Amino acid sequence: METRELTCINCPLGCALTVSIDGGNITVKGNTCPRGEIYGKKEVTDPTRTVTSTVPVSGGDIARVPVKTAGDIPKGKIFEVMKEVHAAHAAAPVAIGDVIVENAAGTGVNVVAARDVAAV
Amino acid sequence: MLGDLHVEILIIGGGPAGLAAAVAAKNAGVQDILIVERDRMLGGILNQCIHNGFGLHTFREELTGPEYAARFIARVKELEIPYLLNTMVMSVGSDRTVTLMGRETGVKKIKADAVILAMGCRERPRGALSIPGYRPAGIYTAGTAQRLMNIEGYSIGKRAVILGSGDIGLIMARRLTLEGAEVLAVAELMPYSGGLKRNIVQCLNDYGIPLLLSHTVVDIRGKERVSGVTIAEVDEKRNPIPGTEQDYECDTLLLSCGLLPENELTRMTNASLSTVTGGAVVNDRLQTDIPGIFACGNVLHVHDLVDYVSEEAALAGENAAAYVKGAGAASGDPEQIRIETEGGVRYTVPQQIDIRNMRDEITLRFRVADVYKDKTIAVYKGEEKLYSRRTRVLAPGEMEQVKLTREKLGDFAPGEVLKITLE
Repeated sequence: METRELTCINCPLGCALTVSIDGGNITVKGNTCPRGEIYGKKEVTDPTRTVTSTVPVSGGDIARVPVKTAGDIPKGKIFEVMKEVHAAHAAAPVAIGDVIVENAAGTGVNVVAARDVAAV
Repeated sequence: MLGDLHVEILIIGGGPAGLAAAVAAKNAGVQDILIVERDRMLGGILNQCIHNGFGLHTFREELTGPEYAARFIARVKELEIPYLLNTMVMSVGSDRTVTLMGRETGVKKIKADAVILAMGCRERPRGALSIPGYRPAGIYTAGTAQRLMNIEGYSIGKRAVILGSGDIGLIMARRLTLEGAEVLAVAELMPYSGGLKRNIVQCLNDYGIPLLLSHTVVDIRGKERVSGVTIAEVDEKRNPIPGTEQDYECDTLLLSCGLLPENELTRMTNASLSTVTGGAVVNDRLQTDIPGIFACGNVLHVHDLVDYVSEEAALAGENAAAYVKGAGAASGDPEQIRIETEGGVRYTVPQQIDIRNMRDEITLRFRVADVYKDKTIAVYKGEEKLYSRRTRVLAPGEMEQVKLTREKLGDFAPGEVLKITLE
């Protein structure tokens, strides 16, 4: 049986969780509310994160356009996604939501622009 | 816009506070509003806060800083509220005469019926931290580094140490890591972090970056560029413990050691300032003790969530609108109820309540002085307990709030104060 110590991030309380993994049987201790149990289980089975960064933009009123993954991606894919973000660039005009990297690192999630950039 | 050199409401600052105040004032029926912003774009600090986590309270979704700003900027544009960019306010008088300077406007004096102070805050610099050592390149405040990376597009260093565990420092630890730099450690003088717990988990723990509590930087090396820093553990009095020094080889040191409300202009108005918050003393209408001058957002007190800034600023906008239409007393009014703090509550905003003119419900925001477990937040009028709420954990890094209704407050005897405490 494996146990992991986590800090719940749902609220300022920040409960210290102890998650025990026994095959398919996962138990969470140390949580004070049901959200802690959900977080603890997801964090050991399928941890996900939103990734944000910037990419260079040409011909715009600013030098970089902020970008984000349009949804959560698996935590283990963060650096693969970043590799594709680093290789990307955009050309003005850019609108919020424009796809900058399609299906980033095979996650099925697009990297999209997080602000408008006007062409100059 | 500047032709008659008079506006009903002039808002200093086009960041989250100024934008929300402008939208609320316009929606409250004031037509003649002007926002003055010194940067080349609206949105303030949100423009460089490219991470997500904004707007959970306001929009019920998690946005990045630029997206959150874009929603308010869109409202300002829809409502056709005029704004000046690249324009700096040089002075504000207690008579609400505002002197501003910009490349397009030149120097102009504008008389305003009401002024909303929304200038935000700035970072505590190295000079205020008394760190010994050399003064090479490679030492940045975390927010400056954030702007250089996220807006100007510069790479700032390859191996970094961060002093201070404020939220911007934590966010920058992750940002540098994602950009391929190595963050060796975050050192925090206090025995607890000044940042939000979710940032410690998502920005440090996710990437295996150590958080060294009760540690500080005791030396900076390097002539031209930082070549290393020394970190030592500190005792309860925050003095470095000899023999605990550890050298870190790095080219960058980020400082995330607190934010200071930027109140130079507020001082010019002669408004009273709080020695605790660094911002103006205000009543529940967010009015300073100078009639017609209001304050909101980080210039009033440093917030951790932009959602609360927007909420507070909207209130300032509505109240400024009411003021120009002829309602509301200034907070110097002796009839107003003072709020006293005790038992680990460092301050409240507002500090006073204009009891005769108050709304049905007001929000008191405050911070505590230390980490407290299993405390009850209690509000008293004399001996009478008006409010109490049990809490499991209170920490200086997390702003707390208490909502009080007019009904609950009732009538006050002359000189009677409201007291908020932890017990």
